[in-house]
Amino acid sequence: MIKLTKVTKEYPPRGRALSDVSFHIRKGEFAFLTGHSGSGKSTTLRLIHMAERPSSGEVRVLGFSSELATGRDIWKLRRRVGFVFQDFRLLPGRTALENVAFALEVTGSPRRERIPRANHLLEEVGLSTKSEMSVDVLSGGERQRVAIARALVNEPLVLLADEPTGNLDERAARGVMELFLELNARGTSLLMATHELTLVRSQPDARVLELDEGRLVYDSELVREESA
Amino acid sequence: MHALREALAAIRRAPFLTVLSAGMVALALFVVGLFTVVTYNLHQALTRVEERVEVVAYVRDDVRPEELAALEAELVGMEEVRAVHFVSREDALLAAREDLSEFEDLFTGLDENPLPASFEVELHPGFRSPESVARVAEVASIYPFVEAVAYGRDWVDRLHLLRQIGAIGTTVLGVAFGVVAALIIATAVRIAIFARRDEIYIMRLVGATNGFIRRPFLLEGFLTGLAGGLLATGLTYAAYFAVYRLVFPIEWIPIEWALGGVMTGGLFGILASAIAVRRYLQEV
Repeated sequence: MIKLTKVTKEYPPRGRALSDVSFHIRKGEFAFLTGHSGSGKSTTLRLIHMAERPSSGEVRVLGFSSELATGRDIWKLRRRVGFVFQDFRLLPGRTALENVAFALEVTGSPRRERIPRANHLLEEVGLSTKSEMSVDVLSGGERQRVAIARALVNEPLVLLADEPTGNLDERAARGVMELFLELNARGTSLLMATHELTLVRSQPDARVLELDEGRLVYDSELVREESA
Repeated sequence: MHALREALAAIRRAPFLTVLSAGMVALALFVVGLFTVVTYNLHQALTRVEERVEVVAYVRDDVRPEELAALEAELVGMEEVRAVHFVSREDALLAAREDLSEFEDLFTGLDENPLPASFEVELHPGFRSPESVARVAEVASIYPFVEAVAYGRDWVDRLHLLRQIGAIGTTVLGVAFGVVAALIIATAVRIAIFARRDEIYIMRLVGATNGFIRRPFLLEGFLTGLAGGLLATGLTYAAYFAVYRLVFPIEWIPIEWALGGVMTGGLFGILASAIAVRRYLQEV
């Protein structure tokens, strides 16, 4: 699903954001990407989403290689990889339903299918009663649910989440985590960047990848394999 | 359809920004419009003055009719010549009496008409330069019965120089105004797109193609530019009307020029949008 091979990302003259990072996320896997601020978590997710290309090494996602992917490949890839941000990135001034349906419109989904599908997704994230409300008046937790519904509306095979609970209170964060676990149980691979260790510890079965100053310093899968 | 719907929705969502952009486009094109009206009227005035450029060949009193016919035929056959009018001595005196009525006493006491007969030669537009006028004068003066050829050499030279200065000045100022207008329009559209850069980012995020993202922005830029162009034309017409009514009569520019101005607004809008969107598409 996602494979990073000796990936390095440099931002001259600021320096190196990632150094020689390699890992492989399989279908249906749930993994946390942890580390302090500036450790390279967001850069890793951006590379996987092909918003950027590595300085060296290869990122391979759903069969698309960072070395070969064209602009057309990238938009195809993004329709199969959902992305959820800490700051939601919703279209302001539009309703929750419009925000979710927009992701369907972009992919050329027929108009008659868009609204029922978007409504269905909002129902799944528990926002069916607020679908016609502007996202500007929703709470942080609700906005994040809209963002998740948008990320899922095209039935992605992989979901990337960059500090998705960072702006949420404890209750809302728990709700988002439950939603992610449900999705993962249905087969969606999940890679979630977070620096909240309590969140990571609450999911002992999930895989944990830890970055420190751009280097992968811990991979729970390797530790398990070694101890086995 | 999506592009039109999104473009109209964007205008509805941020009417202030749209009005601001269209207003900036309008003001930029208004300056160009005023310049065009002034230039057009100067051009028209010069053309009217130029129409008075003619060559007059004065002939001797004893000239025979067949000699006159030969000269007339040669002049009429020249590509520079639009028309040739023969003015007899009597007609010349009548005209002088009409044109110079304050000297009526001078003409009434005459025993003999002192004025010579002449050919007045009108020239085609485009053949009123000093060189063309001199060529026609030279042909006329070859005939021995032609006593003198007059065309106001200094006046024609000055007029030609004035037209050349006018053409250079119009081109330089026109290009300068055009560039300034283009920069203002580009800035206005870029401000509008900058305000929506997050939207572009989100579209890219969910897998929109560049064409899908670009189309509504181009259409919005076109509509904004078109509105600005229409507004500019209206303002220019108001300024023209005020001058016409309150100061002195001037001419309104040809309708094709006005329509061209409106379309220029739209095209500038598309171009500025394309450049601005391209930048944001490269960033994500």
